[in-house]
Amino acid sequence: MAATKAATAKRPSRSGADAGRIYGALRRIRRAEEEIARIYPTDKIKSPVHLSIGQEAIAVGVCDPLEPRDAVSGTYRGHATYLAKGGSLPAMMAELFGKDTGCARGKGGSMHLIDMKANVLGTSAVVGTTVPVAVGFAMAQKMLGTGAVVACFMGDGATEEGCFPESLNFAALHKLPVIFVCENNGFAIHEPIAKRQATDRLCARVATYGIPTKRFVDSDTRAIRSHVAAALPKMRKGGGPIFIECMTWRWREHVGPGEDYDAGFRSISTLKKWQKKDPVEIAAKALTRAARAEIDAAVEAEIAAAVRFAEESPFPPVEELYTDVFA
Amino acid sequence: MSSPNLVWPGRAEEGRRVLRYVDALSESVALEMARDPKVFLFGLDVDDHKSIQGSTRGLLEKFGAGRVFTTPLSEDAMTGVAIGAAMAGMRPIHVHIRMDFLMLCMNQLVNIAAKARYMYGGQVKVPLVVRTIIGKSWGQGAQHSQGLHSMFMHVPGLKVCAPSNAHDAKGALAAAIRDDNPVVFVEHRLLYATEAFVAEGAYVVPPGRSRVCRWGRDVTVVGISNMVVEALRAAELLKEVGVSAEVIDPIWLAPLDSDTIIDSVRRTRKLLIVDNGWNMCGAGAEIAARVAEACAADGPVAIRRMGFAPTPCPPSPILENAFYPNPATIAAEAFALARPGTAPWAPDPSSAKLAYQMQFKGPF
Repeated sequence: MAATKAATAKRPSRSGADAGRIYGALRRIRRAEEEIARIYPTDKIKSPVHLSIGQEAIAVGVCDPLEPRDAVSGTYRGHATYLAKGGSLPAMMAELFGKDTGCARGKGGSMHLIDMKANVLGTSAVVGTTVPVAVGFAMAQKMLGTGAVVACFMGDGATEEGCFPESLNFAALHKLPVIFVCENNGFAIHEPIAKRQATDRLCARVATYGIPTKRFVDSDTRAIRSHVAAALPKMRKGGGPIFIECMTWRWREHVGPGEDYDAGFRSISTLKKWQKKDPVEIAAKALTRAARAEIDAAVEAEIAAAVRFAEESPFPPVEELYTDVFA
Repeated sequence: MSSPNLVWPGRAEEGRRVLRYVDALSESVALEMARDPKVFLFGLDVDDHKSIQGSTRGLLEKFGAGRVFTTPLSEDAMTGVAIGAAMAGMRPIHVHIRMDFLMLCMNQLVNIAAKARYMYGGQVKVPLVVRTIIGKSWGQGAQHSQGLHSMFMHVPGLKVCAPSNAHDAKGALAAAIRDDNPVVFVEHRLLYATEAFVAEGAYVVPPGRSRVCRWGRDVTVVGISNMVVEALRAAELLKEVGVSAEVIDPIWLAPLDSDTIIDSVRRTRKLLIVDNGWNMCGAGAEIAARVAEACAADGPVAIRRMGFAPTPCPPSPILENAFYPNPATIAAEAFALARPGTAPWAPDPSSAKLAYQMQFKGPF
């Protein structure tokens, strides 16, 4: 049994608790965001939403092997990372509704999710700004000797910001416990990466800082999970940062609940190709029909309860405008 | 006064000794680092042999390389690193040898540090001190001389402090380090050699309390940063011609204690603000507006502002001298305010020179 357990830590088996947990995490994120998209036209959601539908494998693959003491830093397309690391779903939904019970008390919105109890660091609407902040959070873990690591998510656009190489250099120099995760969906808003970057050799660029890198061409949840799980023990002992680039596809439009394939800048045939590799469906294949149905029912109930909680929660009192400008 | 460099506050009391501004800074950090193990200090050159013009001297030896360390030239990311460390419970002091370099930190300071507490619903705090030095004279030029404090005063969530003497530098820096919010701490290169009576133990000069440095009846003069020293010299010159100037040092620009200034102007009805920065949308504009709003109902108030010439700062000494207010120009402006309708007066420029400025030699 001990041998089996050790193997499980690196690679989840195709059945049992791991498979159920991973499918549940993927399905929960997918359905929560589909529900957000469904509600959005009613105007009950008071926040721009950047949906990660299609990209869930990265958040779940990276976060599943993390411990509660570890932290995650997401992007403004951050619902998936927030939920995958254990951020409260009712508090997230209430935040989108602008309610007082929201994770940021209605003062953050979808682009500024946070749940410090789950070690979900705050997300930012200014691309790349969270990368050095995550590195600083990791530096504090090293100074305090907690052994915790920080998974720092960014999009391909963030790798073009100056603070990205600055952060890589500093994290490598001080051997900080950071998992840099690039969710490369090929677009910055609507601009394809080929119009923005001179070469597509991101991992090669990062490797020059002495950081081990790996590229995942199809965002395979299990492969990402295994890679991160294998890297963690060394990172906890001062082994320094790692970098992973996960190729992925944003199924929906940049911001909002719809799709944008009629705009002409990307093709629906590429979507179809990615949908054949849908991480939720791939994860479901490891489960029996009954096991899947049971998880689906639990997910639906949880989401319905979260939406109800958001709808029934009060808006913040107007005096709340002036609180928390300073600590 | 025992030394030509001695400036306000000049009281000799038990437990106080004469200390230079630069030494007051390092002493304050040393006391706070000894008091709280979460405090650390980093920034380019904080640990080298010149130790930020002496202001970090001795800290590496006392606290080690784990708490006193240099950085790459990556001001943007290093500011983010400081913010992230602060969110994790540390209390970073991030040092920049010139204020001009803070322009590289603007994104992190304005978009994250200032807003994190608010936009994350009170879940985090950012106890960060950004130490920075305004340069002046000996050819500093356009990019080593800027006083950009008003840019930070503009943003809710940031505190701004600009102490004018060693006593306040030590106490305000301690207050900044203990504050749970981001503080932009503005020092001035020419003040480094100035001396004041400074207590040996730790104490705080808390945010939001202006100091009346000199009482007066005829005109209120608010000085900012080293312009406090220049205004005090101007007040001495004005006294020689029978004009009594009250000199106020806000110390902290955000939060700004304008009540002390308003109380003074209610008596004098005349206000001159001398900033160590440009007038356009500057600290002086804010102070003038607050005074005008508060005092307008009970009669007219005459208000004037002085600051940098509306140009970049040139290094050539003739041009540079014309760029800054000085005790002679301040005294002349205050005289015109205090004695309207009389012939203009200006002191002999040679009597307006300040010892601490004449002593400063480059290169930095």
